Amino acid sequence: MAEALVSSQASLSSPALTAQRAPRANINASQWRNALFIAPYLFFFVTMLVFPLIWGIWLSFHKADTFGVGKFVGLANYARLFGDKIFLQSVGNTFYFVLLTAPALALLGLFLALALNRQTRSAAFLRAAFFSSSVLSVTIVTLIWRIVFIPDFGLLATIYGWFGAPAPAFLSSPDLSMIAIAIATIWWCVGLPMMLFLSALQQIPGEIYEAAALDNANRWQTFRSITLPSIKRTFILVLLIQVVMQFQLFGQARLMTQGGPNNTSKPIVMYIYDVAFKRWDLGMGAAASEVLFVLILIAAMAQFVLTRRRGEN
Amino acid sequence: MSRSTSIMGREFGDRLVLALVIVFALIMLAPVLWVIGLSLKANAELMADTNSVFRAPYTVMNYFNILANSSVFRWILNSLIVSTCLTIGTLILCSLAGYGFARLNFPGRDILFVAVLLGLAVPEQAVLIARHQIFGILKLHNTYQGLILPGLSAPFGVFLMTQYFRAIPKELDEAALLDNASRFKIFWKVLLPLTVPAQATLGIFTFLWSWNDYFWPLISGTKNTMFTLTVGMASTQTNFAQSEGLGFLMAQAIFAGAPILILYLFFQKYIVTAVSGAAVR
Repeated sequence: MAEALVSSQASLSSPALTAQRAPRANINASQWRNALFIAPYLFFFVTMLVFPLIWGIWLSFHKADTFGVGKFVGLANYARLFGDKIFLQSVGNTFYFVLLTAPALALLGLFLALALNRQTRSAAFLRAAFFSSSVLSVTIVTLIWRIVFIPDFGLLATIYGWFGAPAPAFLSSPDLSMIAIAIATIWWCVGLPMMLFLSALQQIPGEIYEAAALDNANRWQTFRSITLPSIKRTFILVLLIQVVMQFQLFGQARLMTQGGPNNTSKPIVMYIYDVAFKRWDLGMGAAASEVLFVLILIAAMAQFVLTRRRGEN
Repeated sequence: MSRSTSIMGREFGDRLVLALVIVFALIMLAPVLWVIGLSLKANAELMADTNSVFRAPYTVMNYFNILANSSVFRWILNSLIVSTCLTIGTLILCSLAGYGFARLNFPGRDILFVAVLLGLAVPEQAVLIARHQIFGILKLHNTYQGLILPGLSAPFGVFLMTQYFRAIPKELDEAALLDNASRFKIFWKVLLPLTVPAQATLGIFTFLWSWNDYFWPLISGTKNTMFTLTVGMASTQTNFAQSEGLGFLMAQAIFAGAPILILYLFFQKYIVTAVSGAAVR
């Protein structure tokens, strides 16, 4: 816009420049025709994302099943939701799971990044190995971990067997089921935080470390006064990313414990799945999704603010 | 502190870190080795004693049994069709949109771009139920279109491509424009070839994401013949404690996981860039 204005002024003041400037003005001109490049994507954006999002909010205020949308019920779906003990339990379970996984993932990722931030072949191999589980699908991950935790045939049961002890029933105990899911999740997801920390560490200029070495700073001093302050923001960012990701726990819980025993490992997303796609109470399912949406939005907005501010610096 | 003790302290610290890394690496590896071990044993032998994993005889019978089970191949084919179409579609849509947002001016452009960025914050669960109902009305469930179309709306690719097009010097298109090239020609002939690294990153990320996607295929492709590999593998998992085919299940897990791990070996750098980029945005 600004350049278009400048060039039109230039063409007014000096006709000689007009011919030269004409294409430049053309580049910046606002034309409807130009929107054609965006139109194909925008079609899918609106039909697959914006419209369902609005319809979902609308659904949450209606009685609805697979056969169609019924009458307007106001906030009744939300009232039923917050009156449902299992929903409240699933919210609690989700927070518990996020608490179990997000800090552990950030700390473990940071540790691995610090340990493997070197140019050797073995470090490169280990980095690749620690990230490799991230490319697997949730189905394979749960298959692998169920066969670790399962009684009788499991890896843990076998190891406990060597010492003549019975293994704790990880998947069927109300106290341990969520922990088992958390362990499998940390195993699955640890590669990403590690890689994010590695790229943050590599952005710290080497000269600072050289200066510290000249000052005879020991390793702990260097870590505390150089490394830690440089990656503080990355740490918060990684933590928020993990909070958003782990809030959406579904596959692991569904496949490892089916949310049991007694709903002790049922997360919000699984509650939504059960209500909407097993009981076909779409209105209440939609209401539960909106609650989840708001919770995730808070964390996502914090992340957005943090990355924007970092970009400005 | 004397110099020698500080060096000794350093060595001790190094060893401690190394020991911890090795322990973590073993924890990473042990479950996979366990699964590989089980997959190479006859089912009957495993039923008697899982410790038999540590001694011969080993067999590849379980892997041969997969070849006889036609379902897995159908699921792999479904996954290939869905992931390939979605990847190609995403690359086309996002390249066009990225060029449009980065280079062209049209009414409402900036507001639209902010709207697309806001789309990044919308979790899939917030649209799933309504989308499921819409697709039901349009009779799109249990079709390939039904599995492919939702993924085309993902805003991440538009964001990535817009950033990438913005980083290309504007002089390039201006020179081409002076030669009276059309918009589309500039996009196609001048700029698109420069975006190959971004295309690779986005393409691999989209393929991987689609291949591993679980929730939407679970509720949309509900017929056994329309299962993707991820959903199909999940369907075989129910109640496998009682199943006699423990070795067979494990072989299936290895068989299903191997292609993506091989892909990872070849495209490691792109995959890491793409996954990190998608997380940070």
